Amino acid sequence: MRALTWHGRHDVRVDTVDDPEILNPRDAIIKITSTAICGSDLHLYDGYIPTMQKGDILGHEFMGEVVDVGTRSTLKKGQRVVVPFTIACGSCYHCGKHQYSACDNGLPADNQDIAQELYGQPMSGLFGYSHMTGGYAGGQAEYVRVPFSDVGPIVIPDGVEDDKVLFLSDILPTGWMAAENAEIEPGDTVAVWGCGPVGLFAVQSAFLMGAARVIAIDHFPHRLELARTFGAETINFEQSQTYEALMEMTGGIGPDACIDSVGLEAHGFFVDNVIDQIKKSTFLGTDRIHSVRQAILTCRKGGRVSMPAVYGGFVDKFPLGAFMEKGLTLKTGQTHVQHYMPALLDAIMEGKIDTTFLISHTLPLEQAPQGYKMFHDNQNEVTKVVLKPGLAIAAE
Amino acid sequence: MDDTRSAVRDDAPATTAKSRPDDRAIELLIDAGGDHVVARAVTINRPAGELYAYFRDFAKLPSFMENVVRVDILSSERSHWVVKAPAGKTVEWDARITEERDGELIAWASEEGADVPNAGRIEFRDAGARGTIVVATIAYDPPAGTLGKLVAKIFQREPAIQARRDLRRFKQLMETGEVATASRTKKQHDEETA
Repeated sequence: MRALTWHGRHDVRVDTVDDPEILNPRDAIIKITSTAICGSDLHLYDGYIPTMQKGDILGHEFMGEVVDVGTRSTLKKGQRVVVPFTIACGSCYHCGKHQYSACDNGLPADNQDIAQELYGQPMSGLFGYSHMTGGYAGGQAEYVRVPFSDVGPIVIPDGVEDDKVLFLSDILPTGWMAAENAEIEPGDTVAVWGCGPVGLFAVQSAFLMGAARVIAIDHFPHRLELARTFGAETINFEQSQTYEALMEMTGGIGPDACIDSVGLEAHGFFVDNVIDQIKKSTFLGTDRIHSVRQAILTCRKGGRVSMPAVYGGFVDKFPLGAFMEKGLTLKTGQTHVQHYMPALLDAIMEGKIDTTFLISHTLPLEQAPQGYKMFHDNQNEVTKVVLKPGLAIAAE
Repeated sequence: MDDTRSAVRDDAPATTAKSRPDDRAIELLIDAGGDHVVARAVTINRPAGELYAYFRDFAKLPSFMENVVRVDILSSERSHWVVKAPAGKTVEWDARITEERDGELIAWASEEGADVPNAGRIEFRDAGARGTIVVATIAYDPPAGTLGKLVAKIFQREPAIQARRDLRRFKQLMETGEVATASRTKKQHDEETA
C-alpha cells in the first residue's frame, strides 16, 4: 500500500509499504477514505518529537471502510467508521470510568516504560505519533490496523459525507472536552487562547454549553475571523495587550473560565527534560508557556482554567501563587475521545455542530508531502488539510 | 542494637527499601537463598480466582512471559523451565511448588542443579471493585562463569524491567484477552515476539 512516512526533519514521503494485517482478535483493518494533517503532526515534521524512526507512518485523524476484522471485533466489513486517535482497551479500570486516554493497556508493554518514567504511570496508545506513544502506524495511508476495534471506532450512517464527521477522530471531541472542563455556567464569559481547530471548536462548544460571551485570542487574522463567525469577540494579541483587554472587556472581573488551547499543540511527549535541544526551539519559548500563565492571571477569582493544550515536561514560572490565592480550578488531560464520539455524532446529525468550515484544502494522499509543507508555511490560511487516498491527482 | 530500623514505623513494602538486599523481603520467601530480590505489584481488573487459575497452569506462562520459552509440567508440584539467555542460549531448571493457597498464593523454588537458582511467590489479593492486586516477588542467585556473565545480562540488570513488563502483559491478556502490539504485519509481529 501507499503511506505517508517520516524520514527526518521536513522530510516526509509517500512510500510503498507492506499492507497491515489482523494480528489480534479485536483488530480491524480499515481502508482509509479521509485523513487529516493535525497541527501536532507539524511537530513530528519539524523533528521535535523524540523516538521517531525512519519509515514511521504518520496520521491520527482518519476514517474509512472496514475491510477485515478479527474474531472478536464487533465491526462488519463494509461499515464506515471514524477512529479515535487514542488507543484504549475498554476493559481496564480507567476505561470503565470513561477515562479512555488513561487506558492501562493501550500501549505495548515495552513501550510503557518511558511514560511510566516521565509521568508516573503509562497512558493510552496513540496512532502515528512516535514510539513513546506505542509506535502504532498511523492513518495517512491506504490502510491501517486498528486495535480494540470493538471499543474505539464509531459507525457512521450511510449518506453522511466524510468531511462532516472526520473530526470526531480528535479535534472536535478535544474542543468539546476543553469546554466541558471549563465547567461553563449559563451567562458565563469564557476566554479561549488559540484559534486553531481545538480553540475554534471550544468556542462553538462553549456557546452550546450556555456561555453568554466567548472571547477568542490569537494573532492569525483569518483564524480570528473564523472565531467571529461563531459569535466570539476577538483579541489580536499582536495589536492589543491581552490581560488589559480582557479585564476591560469583563468590567475588571476577568473571564469566568479560561481555555488554553495553545500549549505545544502536540499530542505527544515533549521530553524537554530529556532532550535539551527542544528547549531551544521556539515551541518551548516563553510565549508558549505564556498562554497558561495569562489564563491564570486574568481568570476571575474562584474561576476555572481548562487546558486542552498539550504540555509534555516541566515549565518555568508557573504562577502557582496566583493559582492558589485565587482559588482556581485547573482541569486538563488528553481527550477521552471514545467517551464523546456518540453524543457529538448526534450533534452533527442534528445540525447543531458543523465542522466542515475548517477544511481549507483537500489533496490526494500522494500529495501529502505538499500538504505538510503548505500547512507548515501558512498557518493563517491553511486551517486544515484533508488527504483522500482515492482522490485523483490534479493535472498540473 | 540492631533494631534501629524497625523502630521507625513504615508501611512501605519491604522490597521498596532503599537499602538492598533487604532481609525482611527475603524472609518473606520460603527457601529463597538468593541475594537479589525483585517485587512488582499490578492491579488487574479481574477476579483473583480467574487470575490464579490462568497463572497456575504454568504451561501457559510463555503467553505473556517474554523470556520463557516453555514450561513442562512434570507433576502437580514440579515443572521444568526453559528460559531465554543472551546469544541464543537458554537456561533451564526444575522448580517445585513450596506453598499454594487456592486463589491466593503460589510460591516456588528451583531444585538442585538449576542454572539460575531462584525462588519466588505470586500473591493474588482481592481489591474489591478494582479487581485483584497481583504481587510478584522473585529472588535469584546470579550464576558464576561465562554463562553467568551472559545470563547476568537478563537476570542481574533486567529482572526488574522484565518482571514489570511480564506483569503488564499478564494484565493485558487477562483484561483485554490479548497482548497489545504495534506491529503492522504478521512478519513484523513474529520477529518482535521471537
